[in-house]
Amino acid sequence: MTALDIHVRAKRFGEDTVLQDLELKVADGEVVAITGRSGVGKTTLLNIIAGLDTAFEGTVSPGPADRRVGYVFQEPRLLPWRTVTENLCLASRIGPAEAERWLRDIGLAGEGQKLPGQLSLGMQRRVAVARALALRPAVLLLDEPFASLDVETAVEMRALLQRLLAAHPTTTLLVTHDAAEAAELATRNIVLDSLQGPSPTV
Amino acid sequence: MSRPPTTGRLVWILSLGSLLLLWVAAAALTDPLTLPGPVQVLGVMGREAADGELFHHLAVTLYRVALAFVLAMSLGIMIGLWMGLNRSADRFLDLWLVFFLNLPALVVMILAYVWLGLTEVAAILAVTVNKVPNVVVTVREGARALDPKLAEMARVFRFTRWQTLCHVILPQMAPFLAAAARSGIALIWKIVLVVELLGRGSGVGFKLHLHFQLFEIDAILAYALAFIAVMQIVEWGILRPLEQRANRWRHA
Repeated sequence: MTALDIHVRAKRFGEDTVLQDLELKVADGEVVAITGRSGVGKTTLLNIIAGLDTAFEGTVSPGPADRRVGYVFQEPRLLPWRTVTENLCLASRIGPAEAERWLRDIGLAGEGQKLPGQLSLGMQRRVAVARALALRPAVLLLDEPFASLDVETAVEMRALLQRLLAAHPTTTLLVTHDAAEAAELATRNIVLDSLQGPSPTV
Repeated sequence: MSRPPTTGRLVWILSLGSLLLLWVAAAALTDPLTLPGPVQVLGVMGREAADGELFHHLAVTLYRVALAFVLAMSLGIMIGLWMGLNRSADRFLDLWLVFFLNLPALVVMILAYVWLGLTEVAAILAVTVNKVPNVVVTVREGARALDPKLAEMARVFRFTRWQTLCHVILPQMAPFLAAAARSGIALIWKIVLVVELLGRGSGVGFKLHLHFQLFEIDAILAYALAFIAVMQIVEWGILRPLEQRANRWRHA
């Protein structure tokens, strides 16, 4: 079954066309890695799917209003003035007990009363992943989840994502610039340049 | 804040002491009618306090300050947020803002009294109209500085309008609101005195006017000092603690 049917005829920033004639069908439960050099429009594609970017020619179905999107942004984007637990409860609409279960799942048991600023970047990003998954989204979007992490933390993060996606099977789009890390997590790998042009590969 | 508290307190005491000393010296060089010394002024303050005059007029003025403050802040926050978040509103209202920012406080007071009579409504309105533009400028600045990334997060996670306001917008606005409140109090209490002087029969401004006509400098200084003390209590007892609470997460 197709979970997501994306067709972007064109996305422009002023004079520059970033995405053109892009067609992508994502099946239910698939984990698709999207790689490509920087500036090719990977984040833009995620923003279009999330409904944050509506100024493009084309269609995404089902539309962003008809499905829940869990978005793990490149920066954690937690509310710095709310505790970790409050961040989870607020954005994912869950109770404190469920928030605590998620914190245990991501190895942050007992850290719920801390403010995001008291956690390392790796920890904050784990919270951001929990926040997105706790929403029980129809589509999970991950934008460079391993960027700016040291090698060890990145390996941990990869293992965590594998474990979480196994426990909560979710249709996922993972943007990365590293083909190796993409291969490890994804059921399908797509290089964004190859999507553009008259003969798209799907 | 990071200075050792004892040094800070010592400088503070030294500073206050020199100011008092300067006053005593100046009073000694002139006659008590032109510049009465601290003892004489404190005596007048005690006398006015004893017959209830001082507290009555302080309370009336403080009430006017509070009412005008709440009105000016509410209006200023609404207009400021609107202008900061909506570009066409900003373009349209910017000229109005410049006009009201540059409109002399005295003109607003005179017009309010002429159009509405020497009434309480006119007085409060005049003070409010004087203050709103300053609040708008500060709040607009804050609204422009809002983090678009957090706004996107709130959109993706479908925060309600109310949730976005309480959990995303207001916490970011807190320092700007505190700045607007701080400068607001400082400006409003000075304007309230003038409004009272021009057309009210009560309040500190009215008393200053009365004693000015009688050339009672000691009473003028007594009321001025009492009012400064009250405003400092408001600053340290209400404004500072509120500001610290709103900014607590920054020091985590």
